[in-house]
Order: sequence, then structure tokens, then C-alpha cells
Amino acid sequence: MKVEMTVNGESRSADVEPRTLLVHFLRDDLGLTGTNIGCDTSSCGACTVHIDGESVKSCTVLAVQADGADVTTIEGLAGGGELHPMQEAFMECHGLQCGYCTPGMVMAATSLLSENPDVDEAGVREGLEGNLCRCTGYHNIVKAVLSVGGDGS
Amino acid sequence: MNAIGTPMKRREDPKLLTGEGKFVDDIQVAGQLWMGMVRSPFAHAKIESIDASAAEDAPGVHAVYTGAQLQEMELWIAPLPCAWPVTDDMVNPPHFPVAAEEVHHVGEIVAVVLADSRYEAADAAELVVVDYEPLPAVASIEAAVADEATAHSELDSNKAFHWPLIPDPEALDAAFANAVHTVDARFVQQRLIPAPMEPRGVLAIPSPHGGEITLYSATQVPHILKVMIAATSGISEAKLRIIAPAVGGGFGAKLNVNPDELLAVTLANRLGRPVRWTEPRSEAAFSTHQGRGQLQHIELAADADGKLTGVRVHIDADMGAYMMLITPGVPLLGSFLYTGVYDVPAFGFTCEGHFTNLTPTDAYRGAGRPEASYAIERAMDLLALEVGVGPDEIRRRNFLAGGEAFENLDVASTLTFDSGHYGPNLERALELADYEGLRAEQKRRRDAGERIQMGIGLCTYVEICGLAPSRALGGLNYGAGGWEHATVRLLPTGKAEVVSGSTPHGQGHETSWSQIVGDKLGIDPADVTVLHSDTAISPLGLDTYGSRSLSVGGVAIAAACDKVVEKAKLIAAHSLEASPDDIQFEAGVFSVAGSPDQTVAIQEVAFGAFTAHDLPDGIEPNLQEQVSFDPPNFAFPFGTHVAVVDIDEETGEVRLTDYIAVDDCGNQINPMIVDGQVHGGIVQGVAQALWEEAVYDDDGNCQNPSLLDYLVPSAAEVPSIVTDSTITPSTNPLGVKGVGEAGTIGSAAAVINAICDGLSPHGITDMLMPATPQRVWRAINDAKGGAA
Repeated sequence: MKVEMTVNGESRSADVEPRTLLVHFLRDDLGLTGTNIGCDTSSCGACTVHIDGESVKSCTVLAVQADGADVTTIEGLAGGGELHPMQEAFMECHGLQCGYCTPGMVMAATSLLSENPDVDEAGVREGLEGNLCRCTGYHNIVKAVLSVGGDGS
Repeated sequence: MNAIGTPMKRREDPKLLTGEGKFVDDIQVAGQLWMGMVRSPFAHAKIESIDASAAEDAPGVHAVYTGAQLQEMELWIAPLPCAWPVTDDMVNPPHFPVAAEEVHHVGEIVAVVLADSRYEAADAAELVVVDYEPLPAVASIEAAVADEATAHSELDSNKAFHWPLIPDPEALDAAFANAVHTVDARFVQQRLIPAPMEPRGVLAIPSPHGGEITLYSATQVPHILKVMIAATSGISEAKLRIIAPAVGGGFGAKLNVNPDELLAVTLANRLGRPVRWTEPRSEAAFSTHQGRGQLQHIELAADADGKLTGVRVHIDADMGAYMMLITPGVPLLGSFLYTGVYDVPAFGFTCEGHFTNLTPTDAYRGAGRPEASYAIERAMDLLALEVGVGPDEIRRRNFLAGGEAFENLDVASTLTFDSGHYGPNLERALELADYEGLRAEQKRRRDAGERIQMGIGLCTYVEICGLAPSRALGGLNYGAGGWEHATVRLLPTGKAEVVSGSTPHGQGHETSWSQIVGDKLGIDPADVTVLHSDTAISPLGLDTYGSRSLSVGGVAIAAACDKVVEKAKLIAAHSLEASPDDIQFEAGVFSVAGSPDQTVAIQEVAFGAFTAHDLPDGIEPNLQEQVSFDPPNFAFPFGTHVAVVDIDEETGEVRLTDYIAVDDCGNQINPMIVDGQVHGGIVQGVAQALWEEAVYDDDGNCQNPSLLDYLVPSAAEVPSIVTDSTITPSTNPLGVKGVGEAGTIGSAAAVINAICDGLSPHGITDMLMPATPQRVWRAINDAKGGAA
């Protein structure tokens, strides 16, 4: 089946099997490998992207379901070789170690703040519940998110 | 210049934050074949027949190979390796990548499909029909010890080895015979699924005409893998290149030589096409080893004041179905630490390894040491109850060297602790936690009979890291050394390159190594490039595990820098027309003693060494030096952790509310990275205490292999963590110890001690891990004599 969508501001299309997951379409067909896969049960959030501005686990969506949508991946979060403020905050606060959960975590965090700019620490922790990290113990991730927005800014 | 000791931001981050970092699954090559694994649904069974015809006819399928066919193809010359046969008579049943006749755990591979896409490989694997004859399964360590059925049909017992460490049996018996107080406790170290966020993955790329094979693997140990693949496949080591690209966490799970790695290399070699596989998360419970899996029996003997006189330990350790790379050695890594930070005159440890029909066990963050720390720290709390003093006081009374500073101290477990200073570390943690205030709040809640009660738990741990002095490893029958290699070179432009045999997977080596080299050579750390994790670039190395990278690999780098400076000094002396004895080196500049205006920068020396127009006689061109550093001793970091929990007495729910950690890892290169390691380690240990367990049914089926059911904690389950440190330098040239596993080694005991402390008014003194609401509620209910 043919799918067509806007990915990181560019119009992209391809023929895919109907069962192709959006995350595989992004990674295997478009070569956007920044979006990672950490599980097969939609539990870990490593594959989080934005669809029409909202964070979505891209392993829960078929590529064909995203037909016509506006998709943003980690590669498109900031333009022109710059870092998005959330990416800068993760670096500043040491919110990543191995970096595997990081693209999904950053995408979830930016979405969380756009929905709730005044979020507090408990809100950040609840809001990122769907994104697992095995390295940081979350301490510095929470610190990073609060440094960008929420009541920590 | 003082880069060492500063919290420099990590140079690794921008790539990882933008998706530029490439993990194994991110690397695509033309013509690649995907492996799809056909796995056994039985824990123990004979393979009667395999019909792969439907799979062979499926779309995109290139071939299907059964274990028997692979054996006929003679793809390997030896079974998968166990590098640590802990005793000469250890039982070690052969373990091949694909089972041919009998399977020994659920998920063992029985056939491999090769197909054009990952979807087609997975589809075809489901079409392979295997006829099994089930055999009785040994589905728990308890069943293995009972030995009523055997995990391997050809064996008449599940017992794999017996390993004793009893330096003075008579003294040990006397200690218990004369004890005033004793503790006799049994603990269970449940099986854990390591679950690094990046699943394992492999991609083997052959060059059919040149004969070389490149293996990309999500591994912690590319150098060890290279030796072991050569030894098992018969492919010349010189033809193998192993690359660990960006690796998404390891925690020991990527410290092995796995069936998929050997399959990818040998099939790619035979077929002349790239072969790859990415571990589906729900297969990881079978395709990657698990951690822990021990029954512990610890006894303490003490005098009237609660001063320890003896510690006796026996461990029954679950090997799982096979001995993998260091499976039998893991419990022994803990053996030396069952006396903890305490002055124990007499000590005895025995360990028996047992086979089960479960996924093999092997290293998981801390590997043997969290288990040891848990046992002694839980037992010390029981001793405190027995003696009638607080958990802080029982520790003070028993600290090595009376809690004072020491260096090179021999302990009863036969090791020499490099350095320690336990007293102030404990007091700092108690102060930071406001221990008295916590006790007051606990009393208030108890007096008020509140529903949410408070528990406060201590753990004063010591760990053994910096693996390892090669001679010590030889003494333990380990099949390799423990050195690490470093090469440091100054390029003609004055920039430096360091090549390290340590292999990072999230620890920030590139940043830390650049800090060391920057200070040592007196150059900007930004001018240092760190190369690693590719055996073609870094041919010598022993990789990353056991908190060894800094105290072995980092010291090797520092020593190589010293050699570079030594040589540069000769060249500088020549160009300054002075005697080398009169040359001083500071902040990257050589000067002549007494003539401070006569100087030459190390960058200029580097260029001079490159052009070689005017070198002193007998000095070779270029500034490049290498060191293989073999540490004379282990390093022994320590610390005090305080866990505070809320316990809902009506639901049994435990919530960790506060966590205070004061760790001492010696000198710190980058305190920001140290803190990060501590945070993550703590949450992994807390997770063992509260949530995680690989649960098996009586037939050996893992009940919770996916991340839906295996409870890796999220941000919502844990609090922010208060960290601080004391600094007691180690005896190595950098004064560094290691910190990668410390958090995990301290935290499970702290949390369970807190729960038992909170429940002590009920007379509850023990709690199985994980302390689920059901277990906690049941313990309270039973203590009240109530029926559910």
C-alpha cells in the first residue's frame, strides 16, 4: 500500500506492507534510525515520535494509519545542526548515559511540557511513566525536564 | 590545567541526543539475510523430528538450518565457551549455538531461518514444525538442589561444582562454639532479567574474496568476543574484526559469547552474505542470560557486645541450563565480600553450582557482589536486633580498623583491601539523612497508629572492583588476564589520540579519558580524541565489566601519557640545549630549571618528533607510547546508603520516599558521571528489592518475559536521590576505584532493611524480594494472626 506523510517537514511516500509498523517505516524505509525500538509490547517508549504534535509510541501505529499525518522524529526536533532546548537540557543535566531511550524520552518530554507547561516534579515523573530508562535512575532526566519548563525553571 | 575532578559535559551526548549515534540495528547493508530463531517451547525435551518444508517455501526465505544440519556443516570446532571453570572437576555439558538432540531450557534455539527481511524471518520461523518428547524439567534452584530430576539427561546429578574458601576451619568452628550471639539466616536472590534498553543484536559482514569478517555486535566485550569466536569457529583471529558501535546499556547482559553471535559469523562466512539478527525484547528472557539466582545461608557469630567473631556462608547457585562465559564464577566474585566492611576474625564460604532447565545465569550489574552485600547487611540488622542495639551502632562496633582510615589491610576472606575509612562515611550519610529526625517521625507514626508506617534501612557496603590482577584471576582458574591496554599518541598538529581497550556502553569513557589525557599532557581535553570498541583500531583490550574501566583502563592511559611525556622531555631537552635532568614539565610546557624563559610546548615537541629533523641520537620519530597495565590489587569502593520507605499497612504497598547515598570511589575524574552511575545503580538495586523477578512456572516457562509483565521501574516509581561522597584514594597512581556497580550493591539491602525496620513492631524480621504488596500484606496479616 502507498503511504504518504510529512516527516520532519518533508513530504515522504513509499509502498509498504499493510502490517508495517510506523517505527519500521521510519527506520527501514526512510532511514531515520534515531527512533529506537526497545520492546515489542509498547512498554518502553524508546520509539516515541510526534504525530500532529502529540507524542505517540510509533510501534503502536501502523504506517498506513499515519497516512496524511505530520510526523516529527528526533532528527527533526531542532533544525540546522542546533540542539532543541530539551536536548541541551539533557546534556547539561547528564540526563542520558547510553542514549538508547533518549530520543523517545526527549520527544515525550517536549510533548509533556507543551501540554502542561507548569508541571511539577511529580507531574514530570507521572508524565514520563511510559518511557523506560535503565541507566539514569531518572534523577537527571527529571532535573533536565524541569530545567526547561515546569516549576523548576 | 585541572580537567580531572570537574563535571565536564559529555562529548558523547550530541550524537546520541540527535539520533546520529548508530546502534547495531541502525546499520543496514545490501544483501543482508535476517535470522529468525525457532525456539523450544519446552524446558527439557528430546527433539524427535523437525519439518522445515513449509518455512523453506515461505516468501523471502533463503534457507532453514536445524541443529543437526548445522552440526553436519561443521560450522564450529568447539562448544560455546565457559572461560571460568572454577574447579578442575566442574561439570560443563557441551553448549552449541543450536540444539541438535535435546533442549535444556525454554527458548533454546532448535533451528534458524534465513530470510530477506525481519518480518519474513519471523513469519517463517513460525512455520517450522518440531516434534518434541518432553522430559522432566528442573524448574527451580530448589528442585535442582533436591536432585530428583536432572536438567541434563546424560548427567546423574545437577551439581556442577563445589567451591570452598575456608582459610582456617578450626578458628571458624571455635568462633561459633564460643559465640554469645548468633544469627542464622537464609535469603533468596531471585532471578533477574538485565533488560538494557537496547536489545542485543548482531550483523556479520563477510568479504568472500578477502576472507575477512566484520561482526557488529551490541556487546560490552568485543576483544573477548574476537578471541572466543576464533576459538569456537576455527576462523583465524586475524581475519575477525569486531565492532561494538553505540551500545545501549549492558549491565553484564552484553558480557557473553552468545549463540546468535557465533551463528551470524559462521553463516555469513559460509554463505558469503551479511547475516544479522536483532533480539526481539520478548525473546530476551531466553536469548540473553539472566542475573542472580542464589539461595544464601549466612551465619554470624558474635561476642556479648555484638562484635563479630565469625561469618559462615553457604550458597546454592542456579547456573541455569549451561555454563556460559563466566556463569560459575559469578557467585565466587561475591565470596570475598561476605564479611563486608567488618572486622571478622574467622570466615568460611562454600558454594555449590547447580544446573536447572532455565535460561543460563551470568553477570548482572554487581555480579555476585550485590548478593554478598545483601546477605551480610541483612544479617547485620538481625544481629542488631539480637544484641539490642540500633543498626547504626552494630555497624560502628564492627568496622574494620575501628572505622578509622587504613591502607593495605588484610581481611579474613584472604584479600587485602586497598584503602578504607568507614566511620566518617557512615556518619555523613546519617547526617545527610537526618537520621535522628527520621527516627522521631517513625516513632510519631507508630505512637499514632497511622496507616502509613515508616521504615529506615541502612547498608554499609564494600565492593571489589577493578577486575583484576591477572595472577589473582589465574588463582581462581579464570581463563584470561585482567590487564588493560592503552596507546597515547600526539599527532603532528599537537592534538592527541588515545586508543583504549575499554569498551563503553553508556559510561562516558570518551569524556573521562579526555580529562585524564588533557591533564597528563597539559593540553585542552577538547584536543583529545578517544578511539575504542573496534578491534581493528584497538587490537588489544579486555573490555568493560566489573567496574574496571577507570581503575585499570584509566590507569593504563595515565601511564601511557607519562611515557609520552618522558620521551618528549628528551626531545625538549635536546631542543633547549639542556640536560634532561634539568627539564621541568608543567601544564603542557617544558622549561629549563632556573631559566623560566627557555620553554617549548608539548605540541611543538610533537611536531618535532614528526618531522624528525633534529631528534637526539637514538630517539625514534613520533610521540606514541603504549602500556598494558596489570593492576597489582583490586580496588574496594565503599559507602553508606540510607533508604526510607512508606509502608501502607492496609494494602502492603511499599513506596520508596527518600534515598541517601554517600559513596566513596576514591578520586573522581568526573563527579557528574559518578553521580549518574550511582543514581542508575541504585534504581536497579531498588528494582530487585521491590519489583523485579523472572517468574517461572513448574514446567520452566518464564511467566513474564516481556516488559509488560517484567517490572522495570519508570520515573513514577522512584524518588530523586540525594548523593554525596567521601574520598579515600585507592593505592593506584590515579587514586581511583570504580563506581559502575556501587549503587546496585548498596541498594537492595538498604530497601529490604528499611521494610523490615518498618515492620519490626509486628515481629517481622525478613521479607522476600521482590517485596510485592501481596508479600508485605501477607506478612503483616500473618503476624497479626489473621486470616485473609
